[in-house]
Amino acid sequence: MDIVNALILLLNYIFVPALTYGSQLAIGAIFVTLIYGILRFANFATGDMMSFGTMVAIFFTWYFQSLGLSLGFLPTALIAIPFGILFMGLYMLIIDKFVFKYYRLNKSPPVQLAMVSIGVMFVTQAVVRIIIGPSDRRFFDGEKFLIRASEFKDITGLNEGLAIKSTQVITIVVTIILVSILFWFLNKTKTGKSMRAYSDNEDLALLSGIDPKKVVMITWMIAAILATTGGVLYGLDKSFKPFTYFNNMLPIFAAAIVGGIGNPFGAFLGGYVIAFSEILLTYAYKKFFMYVLPENLEPDGLIQLLSTDYKFAVSFSILVIVLLYRPSGIFKGKTL
Amino acid sequence: MRKNLNVIAAYSIMMGLIILVGIFQSWNIALSIFNLCLISAVMTMGANIQWGYAGLINFGIMGFTALGGLAAVLISVNPVQEAWNAGGINILLSLFLIVGIVLVVRFVLKKYQKSKIRNYAIAAIIISGIIIIRFVSAPGIEAIEEVNPARTGFLGGLGLPIIFSWIVGAFFAGGLAFVIGKVALGLRADYLAIATLLISEIVIAIIKHEDWLTRGVKNVIGLKRPAPYEVNLQQTDWFINLVEKFNSGKLDLISDIIERQSALNQFVIEGSSIFVKLCYSGLFLVVVIILLILTQKALYSPWGRMMRAIRDNEEAANAMGKNVVKQHLLIFVLGSAIVGIAGAMLVTQDGLFTPGSYRPLRYTFLIWVMVIVGGSGNNFGAILGGFVVWFLWIEAAPIGLYLVNLTTAGLEDTHYLKVHLIESVPYFRFLMMGIGLLLIMRYRPKGILPEKIEIK
Repeated sequence: MDIVNALILLLNYIFVPALTYGSQLAIGAIFVTLIYGILRFANFATGDMMSFGTMVAIFFTWYFQSLGLSLGFLPTALIAIPFGILFMGLYMLIIDKFVFKYYRLNKSPPVQLAMVSIGVMFVTQAVVRIIIGPSDRRFFDGEKFLIRASEFKDITGLNEGLAIKSTQVITIVVTIILVSILFWFLNKTKTGKSMRAYSDNEDLALLSGIDPKKVVMITWMIAAILATTGGVLYGLDKSFKPFTYFNNMLPIFAAAIVGGIGNPFGAFLGGYVIAFSEILLTYAYKKFFMYVLPENLEPDGLIQLLSTDYKFAVSFSILVIVLLYRPSGIFKGKTL
Repeated sequence: MRKNLNVIAAYSIMMGLIILVGIFQSWNIALSIFNLCLISAVMTMGANIQWGYAGLINFGIMGFTALGGLAAVLISVNPVQEAWNAGGINILLSLFLIVGIVLVVRFVLKKYQKSKIRNYAIAAIIISGIIIIRFVSAPGIEAIEEVNPARTGFLGGLGLPIIFSWIVGAFFAGGLAFVIGKVALGLRADYLAIATLLISEIVIAIIKHEDWLTRGVKNVIGLKRPAPYEVNLQQTDWFINLVEKFNSGKLDLISDIIERQSALNQFVIEGSSIFVKLCYSGLFLVVVIILLILTQKALYSPWGRMMRAIRDNEEAANAMGKNVVKQHLLIFVLGSAIVGIAGAMLVTQDGLFTPGSYRPLRYTFLIWVMVIVGGSGNNFGAILGGFVVWFLWIEAAPIGLYLVNLTTAGLEDTHYLKVHLIESVPYFRFLMMGIGLLLIMRYRPKGILPEKIEIK
């Protein structure tokens, strides 16, 4: 019985939260990696673009709520996502037309494009803060828990409860659907194949008649889908605050590079690697060992490898180590 | 003279703007903008050495700034005797252990051939070392943090004058840069950018959470000052006389003695804070001028030419027998050390160390905007960039407010749009920075004062 309790404990405090956080990171990381693979620059505006899409979705959520529209036990924000994507895509295409296109046509070095993306980051941040303000926004509605800890205890008769928030399930399910559609698109459809070809070798792709304008436009549209969905899922699970979104850019970058930048499947797995290592290394295992070990061996301390303050530092350290020993990422293989 | 006309014109306009702020807002604001402009100029000079001279991209400026600030704390704060008694031994022991681990790892690296076993051995040494250090240091850290946590709760510093920290800050930052450079400089440009950005975040995380060393988010306040205190100044005779002489024209107009006295007091209070700021300006100006002379000399020296050769064509420079790796490391350390000086200067002028205030936007990306806008590769450009961008960063809110009032003049004061816009005026600075950076990068990619190398 103690073993089951210990497993439920790990499931509740490590596995489910890490899976959720990992999914959120994975979507962002695929966004980074797509831009890097096809448009060939590190997009420092990632976090702020995500917050822009989320902001639009929040406005639509509020609008639907004021109309009395709802999905019952699901959050209303799910119907707002397509509208968020629409505006996000429009914003990205405008930015691309006025900013990035010039450098792309001039074949500027990637560093210059990265610098330009810092300019875009500043502008987007200003736009978001001017429109919605810098404060914390919650836009979640519907049923909060799928299983409450107390209910779980009653049903199973165990000491440990397992609480699953509905946002966690939504995040994981939406991520799986989104990512499988994306991989199907990239691997099976003609457009997806042309994108991969463009990413592999631009000149050869142009030679075989692939329209670069179309590839760029579709990339931005997919980016808009990923950015908005990822942002909304994160906002539903935690809360929406422009500053947090900007900060999230860092673990997202870490996930993308750990997985091998330019490789969407690597980025997807990288998100989970980062999330699990962050949570595994900063969790206090005291209770777990109390269940598993006999009484006379019970630990005194918290059995915590690192204090939770160093959560971010963990992912960054992993990234630095990966960069030093395997700059191409831990999941090698074909890119895009 | 004529060649430098644009430099002189740009700097005169900048000084004119600051003087205008002095006349229209107040001299206090003008001087605090000027001081921070000088500090920003030091930071941009550091970043410019790396980016402009050598083409190395360093997004870790925030980390080096914070290390400089940490140096200011460790040098100037008086040592906390009790804390040293409580846990000093454990901390020193852990320090020795760290040195020991590094030596053992080096030994293993030198002595044995490259193999899988060696990698595992090194990993095992490091991991077991960390576990031992945790056991050794944990009681010490706890004891130190328990010593009067409301006021100290950390080891304190050396109790030296804070000016020394400017040099020590440079060494701290340079040391970190050496470690980072050793491991990360081989990376491609954009990877290096991301790696340095994340390493600087790690540095901040450590400074924030190692309370025994830095007091963490509890902040260190009331640091020593290289300049006199306002309160003391207001009671010294020579200063009062000076203020009286300075304002004699206005004071002579007042005939009533009591009124004259109170007016004088007002002038003394205002004057004292201006005087203190002027002291700082003087100190900072000395640093900027020394650095400017050194960097200019370096730029036109054979070494500077070599750096440009490396930047423009690494392979060719390598083929000419220049040690690219070594020079990159050197310039990375030098540039970061200069940023460290700026970090110490910043904490000195604020008189407090707040680890929570180090954000990448303000301390990394803004500095990069300064370098790009000013003109990379040109020291005068970099300094000008620091001035222009910091000036706009501060004055963006008043300008934004003016623009909002202008564009919404037709609306009533209570109109929700107008209220909302006025509330969000502080964020116009981001917009201004972003658009400024984008315009400069598009239409004047070499900055306001572009790099100009003339062969003498």
